[in-house]
Amino acid sequence: MNSSASFWRWFWVVVIAVPIAVFIVWANITNPRQFVSTLLNGVTLAALYFLVASGFTLVFGLMRNVNLAHGSLYLFGAYMGWVVGDATENWFLAIAAGFASAALVGFLLQISVFRFMQGQELRQTMVTIGISIVLADLMLWWFGGEIYSFDPPRAIFKSMPMLVVNKYPTYRVVVLGIAIVIGLVLWWFLNRTKVGMMIRAGVDDRNMLAASGVNVQRVFAITFAIGAGLAGFAGVIGGTALSISPGEDTRYLMASLVVVIVGGMGSIPGAAVGALLIGLAEQFGLAYAPTYGVVFTFVIMVLVLAFRPTGILGRRAA
Amino acid sequence: MSAAQWRRAMNSSAGGNAWARPAGASASSPAVVARAASTPPVGASVAFGEAIRAIRFRHVVILLAVLIYPWVATPFFVYQIGGQALALGLIALSLTFLGGYGGMVSLAQMATAGVAGYMVAIFGIAGEAQGGASSLGWPWWIAVPIGIAIATLFATFVGWLSVRTEGIYTIMITLAIGVSFYYLVQQNYSIFGGHEGFNEVHAPTVLGANFSHAIPYYYLALFWALTGYFFIKYLLRAPFGVALQGVRENARRMNALGFDVTAHRIAAYSIAGVLAGIGGVLMVWYNGRISPGTVGTGPMLDILIIAVLGGMRHPIGPFIGAILFVLVQNFAIDIIARERFNLVIGVVFLSIVLFSPDGLLGLWGYVRTRFQAGGVQLKLKGRSVG
Repeated sequence: MNSSASFWRWFWVVVIAVPIAVFIVWANITNPRQFVSTLLNGVTLAALYFLVASGFTLVFGLMRNVNLAHGSLYLFGAYMGWVVGDATENWFLAIAAGFASAALVGFLLQISVFRFMQGQELRQTMVTIGISIVLADLMLWWFGGEIYSFDPPRAIFKSMPMLVVNKYPTYRVVVLGIAIVIGLVLWWFLNRTKVGMMIRAGVDDRNMLAASGVNVQRVFAITFAIGAGLAGFAGVIGGTALSISPGEDTRYLMASLVVVIVGGMGSIPGAAVGALLIGLAEQFGLAYAPTYGVVFTFVIMVLVLAFRPTGILGRRAA
Repeated sequence: MSAAQWRRAMNSSAGGNAWARPAGASASSPAVVARAASTPPVGASVAFGEAIRAIRFRHVVILLAVLIYPWVATPFFVYQIGGQALALGLIALSLTFLGGYGGMVSLAQMATAGVAGYMVAIFGIAGEAQGGASSLGWPWWIAVPIGIAIATLFATFVGWLSVRTEGIYTIMITLAIGVSFYYLVQQNYSIFGGHEGFNEVHAPTVLGANFSHAIPYYYLALFWALTGYFFIKYLLRAPFGVALQGVRENARRMNALGFDVTAHRIAAYSIAGVLAGIGGVLMVWYNGRISPGTVGTGPMLDILIIAVLGGMRHPIGPFIGAILFVLVQNFAIDIIARERFNLVIGVVFLSIVLFSPDGLLGLWGYVRTRFQAGGVQLKLKGRSVG
């Protein structure tokens, strides 16, 4: 029994790892430049996905609330950031506005709607779907179907020297740096501050946290605001890298969903691992198999669900 | 489903286990009680007689109304409202069956319908598509069964994948699958025709009836909607349906009773896949074309909206929801503006979810019980005075 289980584990490792290794060797021999630039694109896209998905997974982990309006919050933050950036001509203020506006919406949603349906997970999810439909249409109404783009400081929007590929857009590297910083800040916040400890305690056992005298509703509201704020923050960062237009909400909701399903629901390191896998899969898919790119993402999701239904770093819900 | 019914069903199918539900978990909402009272439990042999006796006056009226509807309504109302509502209702019925009775809210039902639609276009007759995708041009009586069969396989696969997780995870995973399918058909030109999809996918002419015309299409959609409706009604009282509802209530207990929970769930997905597949074929014939827009996030959520609007506690719910949805879709232009349809339907959906989680049926049940309770009180008052 035991030996057969370990045999199957090795079997699958070989089945999955060998083709990947062969591909890496082949791609490096035939066109190392394409390979390295795809790798860089994948890692930097993963950074953006991590920014979006970390808020989603934070909210899910604590409140078991599948916030399907997360993509709309992303887009909302991006539009608000654009409005502020356009008025003040300051990109950093735009980022702050993106975070603050989305955080405010998240906070209001938690204290005015979700607080009253605690524990009704399916209903909460339905409500977030309704909110996403309404928000998407309101934003389409207000901002129209045009494509908006940001005007970041020149210094970070040039290209920089890079090994093998020679030149690479600075901004993409900046996004990677921001994601790493945000990841570290989240780690520090969750592990070293009192509120963070409350959040972690709430993820493990909500009732016990309430029983020890913590105002759980306040912790929930803070968490929801941070999660939503991260979506808005990512909206400005991602909107600068690409652009803002209707439909981006679905794209980033989808990205957060898949990242979180693959990485493990409710786990921040899981979001990082999932984002890396999905970002790389997407970029390599686009570069090497254009019309089947999305299949790679899907195959990763299927494999993870088949062998680890709770995600790579996920734990079963308490 | 009342506790008594449960026990009887369990006794007949699980070898006489004494099995009682805990008092707190027994059916307590008025809607459930009302339904239990109106649908007596069936033994296989008496089912037909029971079904005949269960027919009420209002059922006959509704059946007659839907049958003579196309002869009194304008072609617009027959095709755009009636035909579309029946096709969408059938797809939403598959979700009601899965979500309301299996406890698995799947957002991939539109993707399943889309698979059937695409397969009909690919195997059957369609206009020239972009990027080298071409249909095989097989006759409809080969293409349609193939389409529904592949849709069923797809649904079974979705089920196999998503039953590994439970509750709200299901909604996430099926949403991810649905959106993946959308991106696949949009990016892929060699098979699915990319952004444009397939045009000129027309309903066939059979025995002189051209099903792309309003009245024949309406009757075709009505036939399949009624078939789907009565099939689900039958299935819910058959051992499989009862066991499925048991799985919804308490999967661990059903497992302990010796039921294969996973198999029941996957089978439910397959059955829902057949319904969604038929609905998908009707849908592609209704539109005359299929493109990624047909299976995008919007239409995926529309199916959920329809099912929730109508109410997931009875198989008639999705059809009521579909009629309301199609009416709002066509007449939102009079309320606000055509482009703001999503806003109207989103607000309607939000208010239903917030204030009446059982949809219009729940609202109706609430009004009825309030009304009846009021009547009883009046009677009691009169007696105490007298």
